[in-house]
Amino acid sequence: MSDTDQAPVQKNLLVLGGTSDIGRAVAAAYAAMGWKITLAARDVEGAKRNAADIQTRTGAHEVTVRQLDILDTGQFETFLDQLDALPDTVVCVVGMLGDQQRAQEDAEHATQVMRTNFEGPALLLEMVAARFAARGRGLIVGVSSVAGDRGRASNYVYGAAKAGFSAYLSGLRNRLAGTDVQVVTVKPGFVRTSMTAGMDLAGPLTAEPEAVAERIAGLQTRPADVIYVLRAWRLIMFIIRSIPEAIFKKLKL
Amino acid sequence: MKDLSGWGRYPRVSGQLDAAFDIRPAAKATAALPGVIARGLGRSYGDAAIGRNNTLDATGLNRMQGFDPDTGVLATEAGVSLSDIIATFLPRGYFPSCVPGTRFVTVGGMIASDVHGKNQHNDGTFGDHVEWLMLALPDHRVVRCSRDENAELLRATIGGMGLTGTILSAGFRLKQVETGWIRQNTHVARNLSEAVALLRQTGHSTYTVAWIDVLARGASLGRSLVLEGEHARKDQLPWGDVAFPSSRNGRIGVPTDMPGWMLNATTVRAFNELYYRNGARKAGRTVLVPWDAYFFPLDGVANWNRIYGRRGFVQHQCVIPDAKAESVVSEILERFSSHGAGSFLAVLKRLAPGSGLMSFPMEGLTLALDIPVSDKLMPLLAEIDALVVEAGGRMYLAKDATQSPETFVAGYPQLDRFRRLRDEIGATGQMASKLSERLGI
Repeated sequence: MSDTDQAPVQKNLLVLGGTSDIGRAVAAAYAAMGWKITLAARDVEGAKRNAADIQTRTGAHEVTVRQLDILDTGQFETFLDQLDALPDTVVCVVGMLGDQQRAQEDAEHATQVMRTNFEGPALLLEMVAARFAARGRGLIVGVSSVAGDRGRASNYVYGAAKAGFSAYLSGLRNRLAGTDVQVVTVKPGFVRTSMTAGMDLAGPLTAEPEAVAERIAGLQTRPADVIYVLRAWRLIMFIIRSIPEAIFKKLKL
Repeated sequence: MKDLSGWGRYPRVSGQLDAAFDIRPAAKATAALPGVIARGLGRSYGDAAIGRNNTLDATGLNRMQGFDPDTGVLATEAGVSLSDIIATFLPRGYFPSCVPGTRFVTVGGMIASDVHGKNQHNDGTFGDHVEWLMLALPDHRVVRCSRDENAELLRATIGGMGLTGTILSAGFRLKQVETGWIRQNTHVARNLSEAVALLRQTGHSTYTVAWIDVLARGASLGRSLVLEGEHARKDQLPWGDVAFPSSRNGRIGVPTDMPGWMLNATTVRAFNELYYRNGARKAGRTVLVPWDAYFFPLDGVANWNRIYGRRGFVQHQCVIPDAKAESVVSEILERFSSHGAGSFLAVLKRLAPGSGLMSFPMEGLTLALDIPVSDKLMPLLAEIDALVVEAGGRMYLAKDATQSPETFVAGYPQLDRFRRLRDEIGATGQMASKLSERLGI
């Protein structure tokens, strides 16, 4: 580009959960659109691995890595203050599947699942929302889960935390409606990632991380409120939510 | 337990499959799991990527690490696929220095098999373009191997079939290209002597390879199309053509196993006849072919391995030193021809020596063909293997599923050094595949 050209303002993406497969794919999709990327993660080495990957693939842009412990809520303000710039878009893919059986028996494990999937992300996005509202614009994308649509025996600790997160995003969206701050909830369904490796996932209901990322990147031009990445999930969860509790409680799902 | 097999789907074995998603866990698994071998995309044909006790899926090591546009050296983790590399770097004007016949292979797999392409006679194998690699050893160490450090271990790992440890990452050279197109010239060879002569004559070209009609007999035995190729320059493209076309491959597929009766001498003969005539029509003209159709024609048909039916198939690839090359290839073709059910695509090519201790290439002619598995196949292959090693040749381990320990030992004169080195690093018995078990490595 020559000096006389008007350089377009480079936009900033912040990914919370920069070591997750979905986070990596989202970052790569935005980097391909020319965005400047910041990856935040507890495991800085893991995030640097993804940063190097994205930099190598896109050739030009620098990818920044920041440490963030989603359980260390007291550090959130400092974390946001220390960013190079207030991002244009924040995508939160922080999550922890945990182990349902263990969560039932070990309160500490259950607490960690609840705090990682709900408390941390909700509190951090609240602060992001405040800063976006002060600026007058911004896009917040929270990756929640279909598991939050109804509690099931097999994963209700995780599901309840995600239900809380979904409700939080819904409230935030309601509050900010009419402003230029958008809030989007993404419910990916099954995704083929290292978190689900070894699980027996139904092929037609399973998305690749890149497909999730594509939908999230597409939000820049096609706004939305709640996204089910594979359309079948919207129907499946509608049916699951519609089953009367008297029947639902006897089902093994 | 999981069903494991190579691309030929013979043999099929039930085994323990673990997956590594990062460098450190992959290194740890290498030391912790007994009788383990790393597996990439499973495109070796036989039993090379099936562990004796444990198989480690390394496709999660799929991060690129860095690229130096001045030297063309790309550093990646070992599970990155060739397809990914080409999709990322061809639009930027870089192409791998060596590509095998499919792009659905990993960097680790290409190094372990020391794969070759249609330019091997001039530019060497993939291993020849490796600057360095990181290797996880069974004793928990992770070592860097290059021409300056652990050089012997590098020579053993290139072509070492994963038996020296798990390749974690590597730096290797890409070359600059102006376009993603190949200028292809087709020459018709009416018999084997003409084919051998044409391969020699076209040796100055960057790429040269012969497609050979396995079922042609008598005076036409060994009739071939010799395909010569050069990377097209930008000014050689017709006006308006895209310099770097993206892949159009993979739009058709084989949905299920084809019934065995469909593949018989008549159908294969008809296919080969059509292929030969179609190619002969193009002879004498230079045509522009996009990179995917030129280098990876079979990638265009997803799951093409199902064409050979449920019992699977064997790809037999041997190399024979020049002195007896023509007579032995002729003998092999005659035996396959009278065997009946033959190969859709068989390939003949000149090779130059490889540089790894266990690398397949040597100065001479290589012949590769597919044969569906049947009861009468094994004795035929044993006869052919014996002919090959008697002439001083050998079989390619990345394709092999059937040869005996005897023909293997006869074909790989540096095996003793390789074994000693495995002993020294504690890999013997620890790094082990079904292939190493079968061949007694």
